[in-house]
Amino acid sequence: MSENILIIGNGITGITAARHIRKMSSNNILVISSESEYFFSRTALMYVYMGHEKFENIKPYEDGFWKKSNIKLVFDHVTHINTVQKQVNLSSGNVLNYDKLIIASGSRPNRFGWKGQDLHGVQGLYSLQDLKLLESNSRNIKKAVIVGGGLIGIELAEMLLSRNIEVTMLVRESGYWNNILPEEESQMISRYIMQHHIDLRLSTEAEEFIGDENGRVKSVITITGDHIECQFIGLTAGVSPNIDLVKNSGINYNRGILVNEYLETNIIDVYAAGDCAEFQNAIPFRKNIEQVWYTGRLQAEALAQTICGNRTAYSPGVWFNSAKFLDIEYQVYGLVNKNIPGEKNLYFENDEGNKSIRIVYTDESVIGFNLMGIRYRQEVCEKWIREKYSIETVLENLGEANFDPEFFRQYEYYLIKKFNSLNPGKNILLRKKRKLVNSLFNNSAQS
Amino acid sequence: MTQNFINIDLPSGNNFTALKKTGLAMLSVGMLFFFISFTSVTEVSPLLFFILSIILPSAGALIFFFAQLKSSLPGVKKNGIQFMSATNRGLLGWTIAVFLTGMYILIYWFPELLENLIRIFDPLSIALTGNPSNQWFLYGTLYTIAVLVMGVRMLIHNRHNKYQIIRTLSVMFVQLTLAYLIPMFIQNGFFFSYFWPLKQEYLFPSSYEYLSASGGVGMFMFFWAAVMSFIATPVLTYFYGKRWYCSWVCGCGALAETLGDPYRHNSDKSLTSWKIERWMVHSVLVIIIIITALLWIDNTNDNFILGEFVHSANKWYGFFISAMFAGVIGVGFYPLMGSRVWCRFGCPMAAILGIFQKYFSRFRITVNGGQCISCGNCSTFCEMGIDVKSYAQRGQNIIRASCVGCGICSEVCPRGVLRLENGPLENRFELNKEYLR
Repeated sequence: MSENILIIGNGITGITAARHIRKMSSNNILVISSESEYFFSRTALMYVYMGHEKFENIKPYEDGFWKKSNIKLVFDHVTHINTVQKQVNLSSGNVLNYDKLIIASGSRPNRFGWKGQDLHGVQGLYSLQDLKLLESNSRNIKKAVIVGGGLIGIELAEMLLSRNIEVTMLVRESGYWNNILPEEESQMISRYIMQHHIDLRLSTEAEEFIGDENGRVKSVITITGDHIECQFIGLTAGVSPNIDLVKNSGINYNRGILVNEYLETNIIDVYAAGDCAEFQNAIPFRKNIEQVWYTGRLQAEALAQTICGNRTAYSPGVWFNSAKFLDIEYQVYGLVNKNIPGEKNLYFENDEGNKSIRIVYTDESVIGFNLMGIRYRQEVCEKWIREKYSIETVLENLGEANFDPEFFRQYEYYLIKKFNSLNPGKNILLRKKRKLVNSLFNNSAQS
Repeated sequence: MTQNFINIDLPSGNNFTALKKTGLAMLSVGMLFFFISFTSVTEVSPLLFFILSIILPSAGALIFFFAQLKSSLPGVKKNGIQFMSATNRGLLGWTIAVFLTGMYILIYWFPELLENLIRIFDPLSIALTGNPSNQWFLYGTLYTIAVLVMGVRMLIHNRHNKYQIIRTLSVMFVQLTLAYLIPMFIQNGFFFSYFWPLKQEYLFPSSYEYLSASGGVGMFMFFWAAVMSFIATPVLTYFYGKRWYCSWVCGCGALAETLGDPYRHNSDKSLTSWKIERWMVHSVLVIIIIITALLWIDNTNDNFILGEFVHSANKWYGFFISAMFAGVIGVGFYPLMGSRVWCRFGCPMAAILGIFQKYFSRFRITVNGGQCISCGNCSTFCEMGIDVKSYAQRGQNIIRASCVGCGICSEVCPRGVLRLENGPLENRFELNKEYLR
């Protein structure tokens, strides 16, 4: 018998759930969004603003895909969830019944109650509506201030730079994103930000935003008393779960909608996943609210199994993430900068100071990789971490992990040289450098 | 922390440097002289007008690109490409398209209107070949200059990517030598970098007769053409994919990868266009195979009843496919349909290479685990109109007949997901089930 599956939110989490439920069942699937008619890649909004892509280009599926997949899309806003009668009310006045409800309503930018935070020209960047607002807010302006570091902060800085707008970044931490990045990598990115003529001010926070007579922001005062003139303020000090819709519904929430490892809420047949969900018990070394594209997708894949009768706990495996800081790509696998007892770090940075490899390991095995400006293969790094390979074995075979394009300079040799010099008595040799000739006849897909 | 400032574009809007202005001024004045060169005033001094209308704008463009190099950090350079009139099918884009299309029509069918322009190429032509210039010398020279000048732009824009640097140097070198200087010196117009069926006539009986009559060198040329078509093509494609030719050697590819680079995002990515592409490109291949076969039958059989038909079919093929499609539309429509219209919808060589690439090649674009964020940059900048992200987001290696291996998808990917690789044939179509479903 087919059930009515109602999904609130058409981001990566809601859509992944819908697609996987469709693959496994003939349930009626309906996805509600008040943000956009069709699924788009949130992380790619910046490329639309910078003129790399059109909005059409950041839709992962052609519009005809949804009809073909028999996934119904509703462009409307949920105003109330009635968990007793299993109904949701929409802005349009329509009422929809469900057998199972998935809430994947995402996040919204943090606003920490700064004085003046509601002035014109002050905004966060998360939704499609935010992007449209940014388009009008940033027109004909000369100077912008970004409050908060992190991934969205640097993306917003890059976006504004592409329109020749001067940018000042106020970052609370003493180095860019150094609560996540190890010290050297944080320094590298801080340096790189300044090379782009972004005025990076570390250990600084905003105190107050000042408006002009029209209610438009004209300056910001920092906690150190600095006065910075600007016509725009970007709020990028993190995001919080978007959970207004569950208030007064009987669904338990704290900062996010509370779920167990099966992504079940306190109410039967109501589930939450992605940015809006908060795990009652966090997985070791992970946050209990995960606000990353990949985790949203992985949660949705587990949830789809549960919805289709195969109750499956969210068990995401080895942590990974990636990003791009201006022109420096970043990839991380496993546990990096977590201060694990007994951990050691092997770090190499090139002379130009824009590429680095870090391997985190213990006496037993390798536990993490952090790459800046160098691409590594996820399959290989994960296998080494999961199967607890020793640092020596990993170094010998490090060529297998390199995923940079052909002809790129490879730095594995220098990393191993450093390991040998730091560990007298060790003489590790790089077993196989990734070479074009190797790829022609042998049977591992490398060149 | 010390502020390590280097001289890059200042966001304050003062990035239109004096050097850029100088380059643009030279380009503009040179363009003006180019149009003046359509008049008989060039008779005063062909060499002077060659310098003013060809060398001056080329040097201006190079200075402009050099100024960009000085004022930017290495990295992906795509800002505003969807906003600019010249690259987003706006007014300037259409103007450029009409101008390019018009130049092709004039060169192919109305060279007498270009008489004065052709004369300014005489000094160069006489130096290289000993003969006065004609429309084909004009065409070859402009084509080569476009590849070299826009090749420098490509090198500067992609200076952080060694694959792009080596590949661009390769197409620039091949165009300058095999497709320009050597044919000029040997004077029989034979290009060592084009093969049947792209240059269909190289394996026609008429070529065999013509080349074999000119002795050892001619025989070598025919032998070279046959070896490249029947042996090198499958073998090299097995090891490297069709990129060894389409984006490293071929002259059409050379122009597409240099002059056409600013337009690569204008190729259509829809499933419908893919369908049209498959029908068209394979039809052209079938037609030219049949024409070639029938010409040989006619050549060996005096009473072949289709003899007259096949000769006239060959003429029509030359007009519609080689001239109209490959030339006029193939290049003229760059700003409207992207840089690979001909390669994608018409080139029979690309069709053959594509069949090998799909079924008998170690080449593929590998997807890195589950890292795709569906941002769409790879698809947007695929000049062949492949919806790369539709593969990447489900963890499937990209093995498409049309992929020319230019490597731009891998470059513009902000998450390091894509890599051009040569690997074993087994399981290369397999989905990366561990990460994405």
